[in-house]
Amino acid sequence: MSILILAEQHDGELAAGTAHVVAAARAIGGDIDVLVAGEGVDAVAQAAAGLDGVRRVRVADDAVYAHQLAEPLAALLVALADDYTHVLAASTTTGKNVLPRLAALRDVAQISDILEVVSDDTFKRPIYAGNAIATVQSSDPLKVITVRTTAFDAVADGGSAAIEPVAADVSNASSRFIGEELAQSDRPELGSAKIVISGGRGMGSGDNFKLLEGIADKLGAAIGASRAAVDAGFVPNDMQVGQTGKIVAPELYIAVGISGAIQHLAGMKDSKVIVAINKDEDAPIFQVADYGLVGDLFEILPALEQKL
Amino acid sequence: MKVLVAVKRVIDYNVKIRVKPDHSDVDLTNVKMAMNPFCEIAVEEAVRLKEQGVASEIVAVTVGPKAAQEQLRTALALGADRAIHVETEARVESLAVSKLLKAVVDEEQPDLVILGKQAIDTDNNQTGQMLAALSGMPQATFASAVTLDNGELHVTREIDGGLQTVALTLPAVVTTDLRLNEPRYAKLPDIMKAKKKPLESKTPEALGVSVESGLKLLGVETPAERKGGVKVGSVDELVEKLKTEAKVL
Repeated sequence: MSILILAEQHDGELAAGTAHVVAAARAIGGDIDVLVAGEGVDAVAQAAAGLDGVRRVRVADDAVYAHQLAEPLAALLVALADDYTHVLAASTTTGKNVLPRLAALRDVAQISDILEVVSDDTFKRPIYAGNAIATVQSSDPLKVITVRTTAFDAVADGGSAAIEPVAADVSNASSRFIGEELAQSDRPELGSAKIVISGGRGMGSGDNFKLLEGIADKLGAAIGASRAAVDAGFVPNDMQVGQTGKIVAPELYIAVGISGAIQHLAGMKDSKVIVAINKDEDAPIFQVADYGLVGDLFEILPALEQKL
Repeated sequence: MKVLVAVKRVIDYNVKIRVKPDHSDVDLTNVKMAMNPFCEIAVEEAVRLKEQGVASEIVAVTVGPKAAQEQLRTALALGADRAIHVETEARVESLAVSKLLKAVVDEEQPDLVILGKQAIDTDNNQTGQMLAALSGMPQATFASAVTLDNGELHVTREIDGGLQTVALTLPAVVTTDLRLNEPRYAKLPDIMKAKKKPLESKTPEALGVSVESGLKLLGVETPAERKGGVKVGSVDELVEKLKTEAKVL
């Protein structure tokens, strides 16, 4: 067994999710290599080499990979895949964008968003917005897999893998990066935060999300939102938690003014402890909440902030 | 330009699903079915491109059982010009769907293919990317804005940290995110007219594509249920319980 992991990186830093993907790879077993593709990625490669259990970091440093476009990245992975039985990536927008392209080019299926490794060819994954768990077995020669990072504990640092450059085909005429607009935040990243506090339609307006900020600051929490809050224009869509947004599984998830639609629950119901604050005592969110508080969030939130 | 839109028949998003007692799959007998929500957005985007004068013809395509023709008729009622049904009763995984769509792309030669970013039943999020790979086209997944600029397609994509804009040479594949648009409802006269629009049936055999898959579904189970919790009476009590009982603060 030999496994290649596509590293996730942003602004010259290794993304936290990669350490979780290494954990999934260790559950499969075998030699684990990490591919770092980007421009000026020395620090990313160093960080990847330090992850426990990594044998080798392969580095493709070229401007063509700078923005992680699917076309050149998939072409690079196709060229490297001969050496491996498994290719893994985090189930992030980058992993979801690139890996199916690799799978199709190698004429194999892809297994999306695995939650559990049963054996080297059998995996568990959620279907129907997490309302059912499928066990699937692959007989393909190459297993192409995206990993739900919140389902695997991150491996520790302390490794010292070798770093080697890889020869890369750097042509890409079909797609071009124009620009990006990233949400600025000092808070922890939503996908890996230990505590998440989310607001829904009940927040009433974008301004009212400030009520969550004081609490988030005191708890070191990330702020999320339901699709209703995003669609209403209260907050940007990269804050959305749910089947179509981010999947989170923090220690503590506080849902404020969120009814608890199936779509939203798919994104947070694996949280360790769920708290619901809602004025409707029949809201479905109370069926999954460990602690529910029925009342007006405009009174409860300031009181909660003061109490913390 | 010619736009191909792929749609999928799935369980209605409001339905609470049941796992079959033998755990072989999810039970779909006598369950309300509908067009996958992301596919509705794909159809709507194609129709808007036609209304802007960018698209000249919209072809809707689906892979699935006989009953999936309902979803093609819906697409026709929403504004597609004609439809292609690749009929199979088999369980088709994303790779096989992509190969079938690639065969349709080879025949139809569209300039743009629009799909939903994922189907809400299998939650795979693969088919658009695979189709792009097989057809040798560039891809823009999770699109929240699509414009044609000097013969290039400019697509704003929803990525984890925010938004990214890319330019693609045509022909290209785009998959839709929820915020791309708000789909319209089909009006009754349009539903009546849609019954007369052309709908062509094909089979995987005729397209020369095998629907065999390297993936085997071994079983389906219901996820572990969360225990119902308690309601607390005050903020003080909540904070107290989070500190001493749940120990998460």
